[in-house]
Amino acid sequence: MPPSGARGGRDRLAEWLDRNAGKVFILPAVLTLLAFALFPLLVSAWLSLTRLRLAAGGFSLEYVGWLNFKKLFFGSQQYHLLGTFDRLGATDWSIVGAVLALFLYLFVRYLLRPGVSVVGVIGRSIAFTVASALTVLLVATLGGGFPGSLVVTLFYVFAGVSIQFGLGLGLALLCSQNITGRNLFRIVFFLPLMVTPVGIAYMFRMLADMHKGPFAHLWAALGLGEFAWASDPWTARLVVLIGDTWQWTPFMFIVLLAAIESQPRDQMEAARIDGAGGWQIFRDITWPSIAPVAATVVLIRLIEAFKIIDLPNVLTNGGPGIATESLTLHAFIAWRTQDLGGSAAVGYTLLFVATVACLSFFNFAGRKARGAAP
Amino acid sequence: MTIPERTLLRRLFTAQDLTSMAPAAKVVVYALLLSWLMVVLFPLYWLFITSFKLPVHVNDGPDFLPFIDFKPSGHAWRYIFVELGNDTLRPYLSSVIVASCSTVLCVLIGAFAAYALVRIQYRVKVGNVAAFLLFLAGTVYVIVNLGAPWPVAAAVASVLFVLFATSVGRSFQRSLGNDDILFWIISNRILPPVVVVLPVYLMFQRLGLLDTHVALIATYTAINLPIVVWLMRDFFAGIPVDLEESAQIDGASRFRIFFTIVLPLGRPGLAATSLLILILAWNEYLLALFISTADAQTMPMLVAAQNATRGPQWWYMSVLIVIMIAPIVLTAAMLQRHIARGLMVGAIKG
Repeated sequence: MPPSGARGGRDRLAEWLDRNAGKVFILPAVLTLLAFALFPLLVSAWLSLTRLRLAAGGFSLEYVGWLNFKKLFFGSQQYHLLGTFDRLGATDWSIVGAVLALFLYLFVRYLLRPGVSVVGVIGRSIAFTVASALTVLLVATLGGGFPGSLVVTLFYVFAGVSIQFGLGLGLALLCSQNITGRNLFRIVFFLPLMVTPVGIAYMFRMLADMHKGPFAHLWAALGLGEFAWASDPWTARLVVLIGDTWQWTPFMFIVLLAAIESQPRDQMEAARIDGAGGWQIFRDITWPSIAPVAATVVLIRLIEAFKIIDLPNVLTNGGPGIATESLTLHAFIAWRTQDLGGSAAVGYTLLFVATVACLSFFNFAGRKARGAAP
Repeated sequence: MTIPERTLLRRLFTAQDLTSMAPAAKVVVYALLLSWLMVVLFPLYWLFITSFKLPVHVNDGPDFLPFIDFKPSGHAWRYIFVELGNDTLRPYLSSVIVASCSTVLCVLIGAFAAYALVRIQYRVKVGNVAAFLLFLAGTVYVIVNLGAPWPVAAAVASVLFVLFATSVGRSFQRSLGNDDILFWIISNRILPPVVVVLPVYLMFQRLGLLDTHVALIATYTAINLPIVVWLMRDFFAGIPVDLEESAQIDGASRFRIFFTIVLPLGRPGLAATSLLILILAWNEYLLALFISTADAQTMPMLVAAQNATRGPQWWYMSVLIVIMIAPIVLTAAMLQRHIARGLMVGAIKG
């Protein structure tokens, strides 16, 4: 306890602080996270099991059990979260079968390995179950059905992150060459990261305007002048994806460039003297040395990509229909319609999928990449 | 070694020495880099010139070059700054206050924790963590379900937990180390804001802080804290411990060491981290949407609200977006040297 004597109080306070420095240093962070992460997480779990009732002078929460989740996964809101299913055809079944067989094979191979741990088995069972369920979902909704917000979010995350990684890596490799004006490229390529996502959404709406946008003449020449991208599900999703890619490629680029520039120069020169080609150098020298960094940027992007809301909300307002709605936007819309429980349930679904995806990536790809590093 | 015949073709495709590229390769590299440069700059250019266009120039189809295709006009800028005046400046000021305060607070708290995780060994008893979670869940249940007033419930629970931890808690054996704490802190970043925002909204409603700067600052600080700890930990780990040890022998306290030795040495990391947090806080949209409605409205909300019933007014919107980008670009220009290195260190060690 801090003593509160008038004389020497300050000294004793300082002494007390110094003695308890360990606690004082870390407590602000821990308390902040407890108040704004752990506590809300618990309250949200509770909210997802309740229904909001407007009562006199406010509202009350009524416990309804798993009803919100039941509604989302099997009931009236299924079309919104999961999508509208199509009957599976022969090809669909073979895709599902192949993926299931692959997971089963990986699982059995793990079990036969020395050093099997309980956590490993549980983790893999969860990851493989979720991945299999998502595969069935993807096949059932993307073929002839209509995808819901979960599938759309997965599309933004996986298509977005892989495109951004590919572009970022390509640009970083180009920029690491011995060329003049490298710093100019580096600074300019960083710019999109600083623009508000909301601003990017409007900017791309402007650019994609078929009549007034800069490419209007091009569209007209191609006979697409009357085409409305916002009313077709896939072009609308594509525009959202382009906006996201424009913003986040710089992040991948800047980190990968730094990694490439810090790789061992002497090895590369030795390889070049021995007559190794560009691809060979990349595969044997560059890639192993940047793999840990690559795994980490992809992980960071994965974490952030699941939270996408600004772009679909402003670019397309989630439309046409629910075609571009991400899970966060879905939860926000549910909240706006006073469906507090439904909103929390969607949020929890997002949390679950994001956690499984990020942890799986961290364990399966991240560890391996780190191990490969010299 | 005989000198090979230098035909034009061969000269195009072979490098002159080990460090340079073949001319043809150079052309390809420049072409690709310049095309991405166009991809990056063209949207920003279009945004910029649109802010100087009259409605008629926008509606009549694309005009590309100011002074040639159309005569630039400052009408949109005048509208935003003079006619709207305070309606623009209030969200702008609000954004500046919220973003800068939360960045400073977040980097400070985060740096404290990051430094502590590098230099001080922690042992947290697993049993105490489990007990804490139980107490927290119990408190939430009592508040929500039995309608107990929250300050009383929280106080009672805290006292009970302290009593528990100092008595029964001492006998637990298994404990968590620094790596576990770090993992817990970072894993909070996976938490989607939409999951935490409902309770946070209700919390601020109870406290009467809804739609205030304080609420936004506190929330942004918490949301971005994991990134600061993640990045700063690696910077501090790279600082040699000898300096601190000799200062300690001279009788300096941990706080003195932190503020006079560690923070100055970690300046590049602080600069990069601060810039990243500033960008995230400045551009944040979802949480502001929930927590602030009128008084504490921030710029992203003002921009998003431009989707007027008369159809989007691109000229006004462009002005708003341009004035939103400007301060960030200026800050980044000042801190530019540190950015790449800053991001790099965090990424390497993960």
